[in-house]
Amino acid sequence: METIRNFRRFCLDSLRLVVVGTRAYYGWVAFLLALMGLGIVAYLGQFQDGLIHTNMRDQVSWGFYIGNFTFLVGVAAAAIMLIIPAYVYEWKPIKEIAILGELLAISALVMCLGFVLVDIGRPDRFWHIMPLVGLLNFPSSLLAWDVIALNSYLLLNYVVATYLLYCAYTDRHYVKRFVYPLVFLSIPMAVSIHTVTAYLYNGLGARPYWNSAILAPRFLASAFCSGPAILLILLQILRKTTRLEIKDEAIFKIAELMAYTMGFNLFLTAAEAFKEFYTNSDDVVFIRYLYLGLRGHYTLVPFAWASVLCGLVAFLLFLVPKTRKNWVTLNIGCVLIYASVYIEKGMGLIIPGLTPDTLGEIYTYRPSLTEVGVASGIFALGFLVFTLMLKVAVPVMLGDFTMAKRPARAAAAA
Amino acid sequence: MSDTPKTSASSLACGEPQSGSRRRFIRAAGCAAVAAALTGCGNLTTEEFLQRNFRELDKKELAEIIARLEKEYTAKFRKKVTVAATPPMPGVVFGYALDLSRCIGCRRCVYACVKENNQSRDPQIQWIRVLQMDKAEGVNVLHADPYYDPPLVPQEGHFYMPVQCHQCKNPPCVKVCPVKATWQEPDGITVVDYNWCIGCRYCMAACPYGARRFNWGEPHLPPEEINPVTEYLGNRPRPKGVVEKCTFCIQRTRKGRYPACVEICPTGSRKFGNLLDPGSEIRYVIENKRVFLFKEELNTQPKFFYFYGV
Ligand code: SF4
Repeated sequence: METIRNFRRFCLDSLRLVVVGTRAYYGWVAFLLALMGLGIVAYLGQFQDGLIHTNMRDQVSWGFYIGNFTFLVGVAAAAIMLIIPAYVYEWKPIKEIAILGELLAISALVMCLGFVLVDIGRPDRFWHIMPLVGLLNFPSSLLAWDVIALNSYLLLNYVVATYLLYCAYTDRHYVKRFVYPLVFLSIPMAVSIHTVTAYLYNGLGARPYWNSAILAPRFLASAFCSGPAILLILLQILRKTTRLEIKDEAIFKIAELMAYTMGFNLFLTAAEAFKEFYTNSDDVVFIRYLYLGLRGHYTLVPFAWASVLCGLVAFLLFLVPKTRKNWVTLNIGCVLIYASVYIEKGMGLIIPGLTPDTLGEIYTYRPSLTEVGVASGIFALGFLVFTLMLKVAVPVMLGDFTMAKRPARAAAAA
Repeated sequence: MSDTPKTSASSLACGEPQSGSRRRFIRAAGCAAVAAALTGCGNLTTEEFLQRNFRELDKKELAEIIARLEKEYTAKFRKKVTVAATPPMPGVVFGYALDLSRCIGCRRCVYACVKENNQSRDPQIQWIRVLQMDKAEGVNVLHADPYYDPPLVPQEGHFYMPVQCHQCKNPPCVKVCPVKATWQEPDGITVVDYNWCIGCRYCMAACPYGARRFNWGEPHLPPEEINPVTEYLGNRPRPKGVVEKCTFCIQRTRKGRYPACVEICPTGSRKFGNLLDPGSEIRYVIENKRVFLFKEELNTQPKFFYFYGV
């Protein structure tokens, strides 16, 4: 009973916390809301008239939406880059900030689900794909697996993060026997969401570009580059704008881990390219379309090379201790690796998988304005979720936001 | 939503469910609220929203749905449209053979198919794609041209390869569908439940023959051009946002007729019949001609055979 009352207080106080802020905070939230409004307007047209407002067609039947979805699954999976050092190795500097990884995962998953929802032709029938109410083709369809994996991972992160924050709010230590199993469970689950998403493409014999055994390993390697890159930048921002103490060593440790995953990611990319180009079978056309262009079509080529180049430079910056420990070069590296993976695991994965199509046709796909508008709306939603969660989490982490320290006014109101 | 005469979804939330089944009730209750929200922006009725997968319907429910659809189509196309749910014939598995040495690439099959199967005219949807290929290259999609448009066919140095659904015995599209909206019938035809498909297009990514088409926009079919004899799992008018494909004209073949493309072909390149009947023409072709399967290495086991008749 008492717990329920306290939890209610926690929720109410959190609400109160997110509605007041500095001018910068209001500006940022207003900006995100405006972007979301734009996304809704763009989506309404699509909802009315169908996916014809996108530039996807029968030849390239998945595009920008599914590309973003795939990339964001990787971001969500990357939370374990903090969880493992924090809980498996009990490394204190990271343990203090591990919850930020979970919050990032939650926001990324919200965006993932959003991208899936806007991509389907019949959003009114989304309940068909819901476990129990719908008719899930499990275990045959990998998309059914993905629905289950993503939602469970979302739930798990949500429960753990809320519980940890709530405990801190009530000034109690969390129950280890409850948290540890869940946190440890989140490690294989993070791997599984990305593996299942890779398998979704991987198992299609009709699409040789995806039908490669190292697709899932490549997914994981790239995820462990892009997700932490976001975290590194975020940690520095938090350090600057709040009293949150984040030790340099925590940041450098993450950066060091990233150097390994980045190197591995480049190696896997090279392995794939070698196999395709050296074998030079008919199936080489897909990777050719990506890196060299095919039959006069060069749309992806500049992006593909930009991705490789960014990845290489970022790897070097992170590998050399001197540039890794220099804030300027470290942040350049973060931006570069993020861009590199965004191209590689987004459009660079989806489009060459479908081009040329199964009957050899090349349809040049570029996202339409509707697609870009809807996508920015979803990104804004994700950022908003993240911002609001941070607004509560940071004071909790600082010990400012606890039941004991509730402002008298709030206490009176409750 | 209340100004339409159709039942509003929200009425179900507090009303009683139409069927006694507990599972159905949970589904209904769980979805009614969302239905109310969604039907607010469209003209979806409760029945449509809550309708279950074709293979879960009992006789009575199916009859009701068919009556509803017939009414809707008849009003929309201003002539009597029938919707049947003809079951497969026992002891029949359909097979198709196409003579590459005869096909001249005239695309009459494409147009006959569009007419027979009520494909959308705008945006254009066609289930058959005829590829013009180089004789020097043989069957190789990387040298195929689907948009050939010469004044006269066939063109010197080329041959023509029509591609449509291969009705695989091992269909990748069925395997990947997350909601069981597409399946293989006992007579070997893979069908789509247009009222259950969520339009995720996973099946399109999985199909090696480019056979599945998506309704990117609202399909338009002029009333004077509709073929009013339709099948539930076949050529009935489709809604937007769902996938469709060749069904070997189940509205005809399940009643012993030939598919429209077989009938129209001026060169007799197209052969069709029951694979289980040893005396059928299709069996003769398979047993006596030089036959090949397109993308055989993918082990999709098509029931669509290409052959060289002469
Ligand atoms: S588009 Fe429809 S039929 Fe195809 S996989 Fe998705 S739900 Fe199934």
